[in-house]
Amino acid sequence: MDPERKKVVERVAVSTFPDEVLERVLVQLKSHKDRSSVSLVCHSWYDAERFSRTHVFIANCYSVTPEIVSRRFPNIRSVSLKGKPRFSDFNLVPPNWGANIRSWLVMFAAKYPFLEELRLKRMTVTDESLEFLALSFPNFKALSLFSCDGFSTDGLAAIATHCKNLAELDIQENDLNDKSGSWLSCFPENFSSLEVLNFANLSNDVNFEALERLVSRCKSLKVLKVNRNITLEQLPRLLIRAPLLTELGTGSFLQEHPACQYSELENAFNKCMNLNTLSGLSEVTALSLPALYPACANLTFMNLSCAALQSGEFAKLLVHCPCLRRLWVLDTVEDKGLEAVGSNCPLLEELRVFPTDPFDEDTFHGVTESGFIAVSYGCRRLSYVLYFCRQMTNAAVATIVQNCPDFTHFRLCIMNPWQPDYQTNEPMDEAFCAVVKSCTKLQRLAVSGLLTDLTFEYIGKYAKNLETLSVAFAGSSDWGMQCVLGGCPKLRKLEIRDCPFGNAALLSGLDKYESMRSLWMSDCKVTMNGCRVLAKEMPRLNVEVIKVDGSNESQADKVYVYRSVAGPRRDAPPFVLTL
Amino acid sequence: MSVPLEHDYIGLSEAPPSMEGSERPSERTSGGLNLKATELRLGLPGSDSPERDKGMVAEDKAGYPLGVLKSLLVVSGAKRGFSDAIDGGSGKWVFSGSGGSEAESGKGGNLFSPRGVNGAGKGGLVGGSEGANQNTGLGGPILKDGVVPQSPKPSQEKKPQLSAPAAKAQVVGWPPIRSYRKNSMASHPPKNDDDTEGKLGSGCLYVKVSMDGAPYLRKVDLKTYGSYRELSSALEKMFSCFTIGQCGSHGVPSRDGLSESRLMDLLHGSEYVLTYEDKDSDWMLVGDVPWEMFTDSCKRMRIMKSSEAIGLAPRAMEKCKNRN
Repeated sequence: MDPERKKVVERVAVSTFPDEVLERVLVQLKSHKDRSSVSLVCHSWYDAERFSRTHVFIANCYSVTPEIVSRRFPNIRSVSLKGKPRFSDFNLVPPNWGANIRSWLVMFAAKYPFLEELRLKRMTVTDESLEFLALSFPNFKALSLFSCDGFSTDGLAAIATHCKNLAELDIQENDLNDKSGSWLSCFPENFSSLEVLNFANLSNDVNFEALERLVSRCKSLKVLKVNRNITLEQLPRLLIRAPLLTELGTGSFLQEHPACQYSELENAFNKCMNLNTLSGLSEVTALSLPALYPACANLTFMNLSCAALQSGEFAKLLVHCPCLRRLWVLDTVEDKGLEAVGSNCPLLEELRVFPTDPFDEDTFHGVTESGFIAVSYGCRRLSYVLYFCRQMTNAAVATIVQNCPDFTHFRLCIMNPWQPDYQTNEPMDEAFCAVVKSCTKLQRLAVSGLLTDLTFEYIGKYAKNLETLSVAFAGSSDWGMQCVLGGCPKLRKLEIRDCPFGNAALLSGLDKYESMRSLWMSDCKVTMNGCRVLAKEMPRLNVEVIKVDGSNESQADKVYVYRSVAGPRRDAPPFVLTL
Repeated sequence: MSVPLEHDYIGLSEAPPSMEGSERPSERTSGGLNLKATELRLGLPGSDSPERDKGMVAEDKAGYPLGVLKSLLVVSGAKRGFSDAIDGGSGKWVFSGSGGSEAESGKGGNLFSPRGVNGAGKGGLVGGSEGANQNTGLGGPILKDGVVPQSPKPSQEKKPQLSAPAAKAQVVGWPPIRSYRKNSMASHPPKNDDDTEGKLGSGCLYVKVSMDGAPYLRKVDLKTYGSYRELSSALEKMFSCFTIGQCGSHGVPSRDGLSESRLMDLLHGSEYVLTYEDKDSDWMLVGDVPWEMFTDSCKRMRIMKSSEAIGLAPRAMEKCKNRN
């Protein structure tokens, strides 16, 4: 067959598959990774994908501009955006660093007037922005703000007042100016579309009657997480009005009055048959806790990180929660409490143990390696752990990962920096060696304790699926970081603080950084010159140095490197130097 | 025992510890509370009753042991005897910062205070001294034991406490706890079943009152009472339904044979004492200080068994006996 004819046939074959059909198919694709793959197949698939996409997830707001996004994706209804580097949660990023939502909102208002959902993490959001949001999108349904800053409850009032179709309002763990609780009263009396309401971390009183009425008329309410000002006496009044609740965050669980009100509480919880998630419980006591038991049968996620339970009452509670998959607790439960977890929660997949007194180094409190070991014997499906403790041994970690080889997220925080194995006085290298060797599916790792370069040799060598690595006060020389950058093929995020890694280490990753989302290095040994070399060699990376007052001129105190198609930031504050 | 750090629940107290240490006594005296004058002695061996006139000097000389010793008491559940506190305090406390056995020096070595460094002043002990309250998120490595700050190069010796890094005067954010969590724990520290914060409203001062063995707490508004007598009679009424030994463990009220006077006896006699936790998180006996000073400094109250109160201070016990 002559070549010309063959080509015609091929061309026709492709174009007989209408784009509309392809788009219809692709609309079903939700995973953004899958969509990414689809868009790379060929031009027509790229186009089909971009027209059919309704949700976009931008993991670094500076990696792309609003214009680029809107040009590529014309039909977006839902946006998730992340801003500041994660270490900003621990005050390592000065205020006014950036990640302001404003420019994005302006673009959305122009290009996505039918925007329905906005989920922001570590962004700066002002009250003006919130008001602009409330007024610009008539179909707006869901707002979720996590670890954001820059706004006050006035902004929330604007949302409540103007968003007639709001179904989700989730204000979690933000650094907001909580002026008053009156925002809740701004929901109009005929407003009834709310399905998710989370104001657990706000500290001012809301008008309880207004809340009660709101819950009453929002017949589809599934998620209700109130703040600690809502009392135990008030809680039943909310519960009886929200029979469809699947997720509940209580207010204060302190029982201040004698037993007569307890029965009301018990009755209310008896009716909560659909609960799968429970949180709150601040000020809980052994006395009030049993009221919960009837509601615990189907719980899969229990967040007790605000509830200072002792081991005894905690163990009694766990007996009633056989279906738990995710558990967050405070270390007041101690090792004994964790033994009870091992005994009662065979389905457990995620455990987070938070410290009560992170700055009090009294080792008589909290959890130790034995608690962790006990959990590992009882909960073989454990795949996610965040564990704050003051002592650990290499042997313990080896046992733990032998029992639970399915870890995908292993975040161990031995709270005293440079702390060795307290029994052998050796570094904790062998512990993390065991982790990366045994847990082949490991995606996220946070290391702590006394660690030499050996730990990083192991990580580079064995952690083939590692995507996120957090390092603090560890390593002996550049070699450690070089091993990680030279190994871990799937590494996307590397965040380092207070380690002896310098320019050689930084520059060894030249080839790697474009395949990563970002690199953070603070208080290491990197200099301005090293950063300049990196910036020069890799023009498609943004190399930013945050200068701290009073520091050495040549030291690069905090370095943030990320890939971007947007070019250097145009909104960088004076203390951020783009090289 | 490690150094309890002094924290401001709300603010970001940036003042370096040495300043705090010396300001502390003057704050008290200039604030008119003169708590120094009324403090039960926990001085160093060799000192008798608190030197009222030289209160400030006493603290300076001692470095931080005064406040630190008292916190030691609190942390250990007020069970340590007076002499224990002193012994634990003198040498070891000041210099190792762990106030305990050598085995803990490893931990003590990695002291991190939110304050940043001070040189080798104050006997080498850096860091706040009062209470064990929550930090609002400021952290920073401090020196251990009079090691002079040097450039940050943590050596890889097996004993990292000997090579603590240079101090940083700024926020470090370690351990990596999110601020909202620190703040929420700060305002509601989970100490047993009690809350330490007295709720301040306009014109009312609620504090929680717990009684050992009672199944739940009560709250009283200190502003509604004008004197200790009014307070104690109100408490008697409130708690007359609970008496250990008379009732079951659930505090079923059993008023048979129990009268107010009997409770008075209980309170003033050998079974129970009324104590309160003051602003410094120390447990004091109620009645030692003038009423106004008491209401200003009381965060919560506890009716505790006399056997537990022995650790408070012998002099306080004497006072208690004198009341009988």
